[in-house]
Amino acid sequence: MAMTASTPSTDPHAWLRRQTRWHPVEIAFWLATLLPFFLFPNYLVLASQIAITALFALSLDLILGYAGIVSLGHAAFFGLGAYASGILSKHGWGEPLTGLLFGAAVAGIVGYATSFIIARFRHLTLIMLTLGFGLLLFELANKAHWLTGGADGLQGVKIWPIFGRIQFDLWGYTAYSYALIVLFVLFLVCRRLIHSPFGLALRGIRENSVRMPAIGAPSAAHIRKIYTISAAIAGVAGALLTQTTETVALEVLSFARSADTAVMLVLGGAGMLYGGLIGSIIFMIARDQFSGIAPQYWYFWIGILLIVVVMFLPNGILGGLSTLLARWRKP
Amino acid sequence: MTLALSTQGVDKSFGSLVVARDIAISLPQGERYALIGPNGAGKTTLINLMTGMLRPDGGRIFLGDEDITALPPAERVRLGLVRTFQINTLFPQLTALESVTLAVCERIGQAGVWWRGLPSERAAVDEAYEILKSLRLAAVCNRPTRELAYGQQRLLEIALALATRPKVLLLDEPAAGVPKDESTELFNAIAGLSKDIAILFIENDMNVVFRFASRIIVMVGGRILVEGTPAEISSDPRVREVYLGKAHHG
Repeated sequence: MAMTASTPSTDPHAWLRRQTRWHPVEIAFWLATLLPFFLFPNYLVLASQIAITALFALSLDLILGYAGIVSLGHAAFFGLGAYASGILSKHGWGEPLTGLLFGAAVAGIVGYATSFIIARFRHLTLIMLTLGFGLLLFELANKAHWLTGGADGLQGVKIWPIFGRIQFDLWGYTAYSYALIVLFVLFLVCRRLIHSPFGLALRGIRENSVRMPAIGAPSAAHIRKIYTISAAIAGVAGALLTQTTETVALEVLSFARSADTAVMLVLGGAGMLYGGLIGSIIFMIARDQFSGIAPQYWYFWIGILLIVVVMFLPNGILGGLSTLLARWRKP
Repeated sequence: MTLALSTQGVDKSFGSLVVARDIAISLPQGERYALIGPNGAGKTTLINLMTGMLRPDGGRIFLGDEDITALPPAERVRLGLVRTFQINTLFPQLTALESVTLAVCERIGQAGVWWRGLPSERAAVDEAYEILKSLRLAAVCNRPTRELAYGQQRLLEIALALATRPKVLLLDEPAAGVPKDESTELFNAIAGLSKDIAILFIENDMNVVFRFASRIIVMVGGRILVEGTPAEISSDPRVREVYLGKAHHG
């Protein structure tokens, strides 16, 4: 209370700028994503899957962590992107970058259409709506065998080399490079978004949806917008999976995928941008390792991890780490 | 006399419970009116009706000459009818500066901008900071709202409302829960607001009411009992009987 207006901690502009600045830990994190190329060259396929899952978790974080929209059916958009790019390639257009855009567009359009319903509800109703929508799309894809290949999966996906030059290889070198670059670019977009006035409005909706109309905020319009953006990014993640595996399984639309991603986000820490990334790294590596020990029971360990994290680290692993760091700095 | 806010025959009931009956209020531009009445008289309900958080069963509400009866709450705020809340309704994890900047951005139509960082909204940030400074919150502007002292949170309620540039401000017990000495300070801040803003405030402390209101509206059981100058109200036998009498019984 003894602070005066001239101390730097009350300079409004400096403080806001500091919030958007890159932290050294962030730079270290992104440099570390290059390690698999040198340390685990045999795991590049897994690394590419992690990068794709991380991108999907990031898209969920935008709505769940920032706008407070809990979805248990986000795989709908992942699957839409996956099928859209797969079907496009099956019918003769295998160019990867336009394939990503096509996946984003299809998922984004469906996201926008459903957002009108999403924006009107909250809490349990919203969870059930997203869940129902996800189940519906899963069964539609199952039924539409002629288009999607149904339970047999979509066959005949052929992806052309990136820029007409860089071939996808068996060891996942191209796949991981490609997925990592797309993840990083879209991460930059998300990072900018959450530090923007719009990002602030989303946090406002999460923090107090009653106050928002009282400051003249069109909350429903904000929600429609972020839901559409999130769906489009999920669509890109789905398209990436199609392109790096050259097949689409029905599983891309499954409830398990929606639920797993929500688990990853909670493990890592929702609403912190990196939570989904950290969560998907832990989840995917744990699945890879534990399923090597006992293939059927690996969810047992994820269950334990989830219980421990939500009981002792309400803001996820990342939240726990940052609390620890803050305590260490301020003895 | 130009009216900033007026209602005609506003009715509202929940089942058999009548919470507003034939409410007619006329708030002229730049005036400070107090709305008083015993607990359960329907004061907060009336604010909810005027701001659109409740739909009236009948009657009409005008902001200036415009009929706003059918408009949603956010729309009314954009037209200049703004409220604060009796129970703090803030953004706990946002800093005071972020909260007020958000309100400013919503007003100037920048809150949908996602491709530019918040620091580049210099004008909005400056404006938010000025509002906080005018309410003596500048020193704590970078603290999360949940860490602010209770009295500071009450001031932030008002800061958020001011950021929308209201024409009419409805203050629902702005000093609720604030110690007496701080409450006077808070009302001094309210009294110092621009005379372009018409204010209707709910308050239970009669000293404050008589000091700051140019006119007083007394509500009892969902109806307006009487309206008049502080002198008229203090000498009105019905007010003494119904309002002050009940207050003694607690």
